[in-house]
Amino acid sequence: MAGFALSPRKLGYRFNAVGIAALTVILFWAAIAIFAPLLIPYPVGDIVDFDYFGPMSQKFVMGTDYLGRDIFSRILMGARYTVGISLASVTIACVSGVTLGMCAAVTGGWFDTCLSRFLDALISIPSKLFGLVIVAAMGPSIPVLIITMAIIYTPGSYRFARSLAVNINTMDFVTVARARGEGVFYIIRSEILPNILGPVLADFGLRFVFIVLLLSGLSFLGLGVQPPNADWGALVRENIGGLSYGAPAVMFPSIAIATLTISVNMLIDNLPQKIRDRSA
Amino acid sequence: MANLVEVRDLKVEAKTDTGRTVEIIRGVSFDIADGEIVALIGESGSGKTTIALTLMGHTRPGCKIVDGSVRLGANDMAATSRKGLAKLRGTEVAYVPQSAAAAFNPAQRIMDQVIEVVRIHGLMSDEVAKERAIELFRALALPNADTIGDRYPHQVSGGQLQRLSAAMALIGNPRLVIFDEPTTALDVTTQIEVLRAFKSVMKAGNLAGVYVSHDLAVVAQIADRIVVLKGGEVQEIGTAEQILTAPQHPYTQELLAAFKPRIHASAEETGSKFQKPLLEAKGIVAGYGPIQPNGMPLALALKSVDISLEEGRNLGIIGESGCGKSTLARVIAGILPPVSGHIIFDGKELAADARQRRREELRKLQIVFQFADTALNPSKAVGDILERPLAFYHDMDRAARQARVDQLLDMVRLPRTLKFRRPAELSGGQKQRVNLARALAADPKIILCDEITSALDTVVAAAIIDLLKELQRELKLSYIFISHDLSVVQAICDEIAVMYAGEKVEQMPPSAVGNANAHPYSKLLFSSVPKLDTGWLDGLERDPELVRAFAQR
Repeated sequence: MAGFALSPRKLGYRFNAVGIAALTVILFWAAIAIFAPLLIPYPVGDIVDFDYFGPMSQKFVMGTDYLGRDIFSRILMGARYTVGISLASVTIACVSGVTLGMCAAVTGGWFDTCLSRFLDALISIPSKLFGLVIVAAMGPSIPVLIITMAIIYTPGSYRFARSLAVNINTMDFVTVARARGEGVFYIIRSEILPNILGPVLADFGLRFVFIVLLLSGLSFLGLGVQPPNADWGALVRENIGGLSYGAPAVMFPSIAIATLTISVNMLIDNLPQKIRDRSA
Repeated sequence: MANLVEVRDLKVEAKTDTGRTVEIIRGVSFDIADGEIVALIGESGSGKTTIALTLMGHTRPGCKIVDGSVRLGANDMAATSRKGLAKLRGTEVAYVPQSAAAAFNPAQRIMDQVIEVVRIHGLMSDEVAKERAIELFRALALPNADTIGDRYPHQVSGGQLQRLSAAMALIGNPRLVIFDEPTTALDVTTQIEVLRAFKSVMKAGNLAGVYVSHDLAVVAQIADRIVVLKGGEVQEIGTAEQILTAPQHPYTQELLAAFKPRIHASAEETGSKFQKPLLEAKGIVAGYGPIQPNGMPLALALKSVDISLEEGRNLGIIGESGCGKSTLARVIAGILPPVSGHIIFDGKELAADARQRRREELRKLQIVFQFADTALNPSKAVGDILERPLAFYHDMDRAARQARVDQLLDMVRLPRTLKFRRPAELSGGQKQRVNLARALAADPKIILCDEITSALDTVVAAAIIDLLKELQRELKLSYIFISHDLSVVQAICDEIAVMYAGEKVEQMPPSAVGNANAHPYSKLLFSSVPKLDTGWLDGLERDPELVRAFAQR
């Protein structure tokens, strides 16, 4: 994410402390997701404790779950699903939504009308129901999950980007570019995108959180990540019964979700000024 | 206690976004006597509005009065509490804003808003207030004075709304009225009515006033004394007569010099007479909104306009707001395809829509817009903005582009280091120069200038005009110069086309401006331009028939 818009001429990008902390947490979880198989002390599906909702101990660092499986291992492996699936689908959703939104704003006319009505129709379908139908029909697999959630969140992103782009589109510098004879893709890339990047990135962060939540919802219904694997949302759901015992099995996955989603939003809010608001 | 207002050693500080404090008013002192109108004049950023607002004890957010006193009658406005100020505002001092359209609530009837001041202060009953308001409407020469108060703000014209906002200020019987550029947004023919109305009420009530403006000619008509400001400091104070005829301070002299109309002398008048026109627009009909059953758009902006321009010559298009002059520029540039009509450039007909024109045709015809700040992409550096047309039209490589950008910056008299800056870091005049440089980057034959000096201060605008002339000599450019300001058009154009309500009423050389046998509308328009003469407004006689026919009051 930090890779784009870096102009080699000037490297005056300054992060503040909060941004660096958030970036560290995200990189930490990304590393965990990649190296999880090497780190887990126990296989995720194995019942290793006779007790259920076991406490934290030397042997089970974060306790055990409702079947006596090691939570630490399950969280490490869950990172792959949560971070990977959510990031992939939020990226697809935002890239396609923002691109289509800018195209619609710049092109206008019937292209805009048709696309807007079609995506409005998609918004009107409840997201969980839509996911349920598609996943039930196609069978739960990770690509299907990613595509489904990307489709669900694209219309919102489209609407958001379009409303911002429509405002920029009326500015004189866009008119000048048109009068110069520039094509649609130059206009959206060079004239419009840099001016809506800040809000679009904030939207990206929010949408990421929504997708994490939807993913856990689908997992709860048995349509997400399939057992014995589980994403963090599913870990919370399956161990929710332990809440009244104060079981670590429900705390730690929640903490994991919180650290990731808060960090993503913190990072975006504290991106270098040059990326967030290029006019300043 | 001779003077109503005594401002002594006023200092105002402002906090910038970066947390730095800057002194924007540096020790200003002046007086206003009872019944006297004092004008504060200066360019943007000179602190004239800031000073005017301190007379109400108000500063804009982020600003603070740090030193000095602003005495109005018995009160020091700088030291009065918020509660105390609320009592004084509307009854002792009142304010007429620049944009009356923004000052009125569109959801309430005008009368309710005008008498609101009276209600807040409990001065008189509603019936008495309404009678008093209608009296004021009459005094301000508003048509249908008895019923105009029942309308909503969008149902009256801009000039009327400005006079209504004056009525709003006057109803509480203030001793001092502050006018903040009240006629700047108005057309010249309307401006006269408004100025006359203001002047007569102020004289009739023997009221003191502060008139903030950047336009010396307007100020000359209404003010008794003029305070010339620059950079938050008083440059010169004198009677209107003295400032206009015998300015002492060099800055005042410069300001006056920028105002003097300089009529452009065409270079080779005879040689170009029978030259083939470079650009011709024939029978242009254009408008906005959906096409109606009769084949015309909902709002017709141009009703069959013809213009032609020879190489190396300049055409000025002048007219008031809504006459279709900007629409014509957009049609020629291909931004707004016309309903019918032809645009012939260099002997070949151009496609109606810019998308269908060839790149070479687009290159030769460039457009520069009025608002320099919205015409430059705020997220790109100046260098990148100027490089784009070079890459787009000329396929230059990186090194050639950078060399050319340096040349272009030299041409528009900007330092080369400016290319690393973003538009937000430039002043208004600099932005307009960058805009011009971008058009020049294409190596055009014609530049369409749409009100390019209107948003600039007089001195800056004069410099831009000089630059345009110089570039024309060097590059053999032709300009189509669109403006509402006669003196600007006169200064640069070989031909002046006068537009009214979507039609070209007349075309003439600048020397013929003011001829007796001109079209009646041209006569009205040219006679309405304020002159640097204190007696001009009082001596001006206009044919009421003509005014009724053409002025959109």
